[in-house]
Amino acid sequence: MRFSTLLRHLREGAKNIIRNGWMSFASMSSIFISLFILGTFFLLAMNVNSMAGQMESQVQIRVYLQLNVEQAKMTELQNKIGNLTEVSKVTFVSKAEGLELLRKNLGKENEDLLEGYDNEKNPLPDSFTVDVYDPQSIEAAAQQIDAINKADETQPISKIKYGQGTVETLFKVTNAVRNIGIVIVVGLSVTAMFLISNTIKMTILARRREIGIMKLVGATNSFIRWPFFIEGALIGIISSIVTTVLILIGYSQLVKLTQMEMSLMMIKLVTLEESGLLTAALLIGLGTLIGIWGSTISVRKYLKV
Amino acid sequence: MIEMQDIWKTYADGTHALRGVSVRIDRNEFVYLVGPSGAGKSTFMKLIYREEVPTKGQLSVNGFNIGKLKPRKIPFVRRNIGVIFQDFRLLPKLTVYENVAFAMEVIEAPRRIMKKRTMEVLDLVGLKHKHASLPAQLSGGEQQRVSIARAIVNNPSVIVADEPTGNLDPETSVGIMNLLEEINFRGSTIVMATHNKEIVNSMRKRVIAIENGNIVRDEARGEYGYEV
Repeated sequence: MRFSTLLRHLREGAKNIIRNGWMSFASMSSIFISLFILGTFFLLAMNVNSMAGQMESQVQIRVYLQLNVEQAKMTELQNKIGNLTEVSKVTFVSKAEGLELLRKNLGKENEDLLEGYDNEKNPLPDSFTVDVYDPQSIEAAAQQIDAINKADETQPISKIKYGQGTVETLFKVTNAVRNIGIVIVVGLSVTAMFLISNTIKMTILARRREIGIMKLVGATNSFIRWPFFIEGALIGIISSIVTTVLILIGYSQLVKLTQMEMSLMMIKLVTLEESGLLTAALLIGLGTLIGIWGSTISVRKYLKV
Repeated sequence: MIEMQDIWKTYADGTHALRGVSVRIDRNEFVYLVGPSGAGKSTFMKLIYREEVPTKGQLSVNGFNIGKLKPRKIPFVRRNIGVIFQDFRLLPKLTVYENVAFAMEVIEAPRRIMKKRTMEVLDLVGLKHKHASLPAQLSGGEQQRVSIARAIVNNPSVIVADEPTGNLDPETSVGIMNLLEEINFRGSTIVMATHNKEIVNSMRKRVIAIENGNIVRDEARGEYGYEV
């Protein structure tokens, strides 16, 4: 193809959008609406995922020690637990720190409950707080810690707690929420593709005659296809960029709002920096693809004259 | 130029549109194709510009074997054939100039030549001053002139016209016929299907009459031969 012909196709493709004003508008609206719904759900799914992640990351293992464990033993234990592949961090919590933490959790009005338990009278054992890399592997990590304890003849650990039962249920729920999110986003993508390609098919159906005339004056199939290809791509790009910009502006406003008003509710939305690029890539990529796909498939149908 | 040998055309529904037609049309001839509706005139013309393929028989146009033509070669055969229809078939959203120039864009003619030649042809059909109009802003006769301009802009050796005056009043029709005669004079072969008795009888060209898929008459300086 000559360069001037390529320029001609680009020019024609762009002109066709204006010439077929209403039909282009219909295609663009259909892309806009589909992608808007998809984008909204995508952001929602991202946030649900991040919230599930936040909840999961709060899951820790508490390892309580016997009352009479020596300092050397404690260091040895801490190192052994820290060396487990699942474990990311082991924090030592002394009995005094444990008491302080308990006080904090009970709050001011219950302060008197813990009065007189300081220093030698502190009934709490020393403990470790163990964080894991992947919250889902918490049970495995707990079992390993238990094994370390059993291997040691003094059995320095009295109790291992990680919210057995509750944690499993939490994971079941978060996994279900994630899977549902994926299904909805994929389902919406497919629906959007069909809806949009149908609209584009209709706009091209109206131009069957045009294609027939082009063939009659001796246009090759690729010559006919190119402007349609460019037109479809442009429609896809333009409408998906508009959708992306609107969705991201709206979302950034929402993020701002929650940061001010709802910070007390412990809801932390995914920031625009974290979600923006992925959302834009998804919407613009899909929009462009759909535009090209819809027009290419439909033109092919009418080329067989 | 155009040569048919025992051409049969049977459509999918079993209709025999042509039943063993043999004819030879030479370079620079002007041929009227007459006959009742449904006799096979349109099929005859569609075969020439390869919108249809013959079911049986040998058809050669400008040296191409139409029956055995590879699909990707079709456009190149059509570039040497100008087609004119009763309903003009202009692109409604393109201007007069763009409609005519389109046929040159297709053959990737350089822009400068395209501009010059398109205006030249529009001048020939008398519509140079309306080059920026849209088809809908023109009369039927003017639209047909645009479609003629489009058909001849690439200097095709054959012009196929399917009732080009069918939608036009007698006066406008005469203008169109003068134009086609001029084009024929400049060297193009013209095959024209028509129901217009006055035109055929006044111009006295070769007349091929088709009835029921067969050629029933072929006269060098013929008449229409049917009562209207």
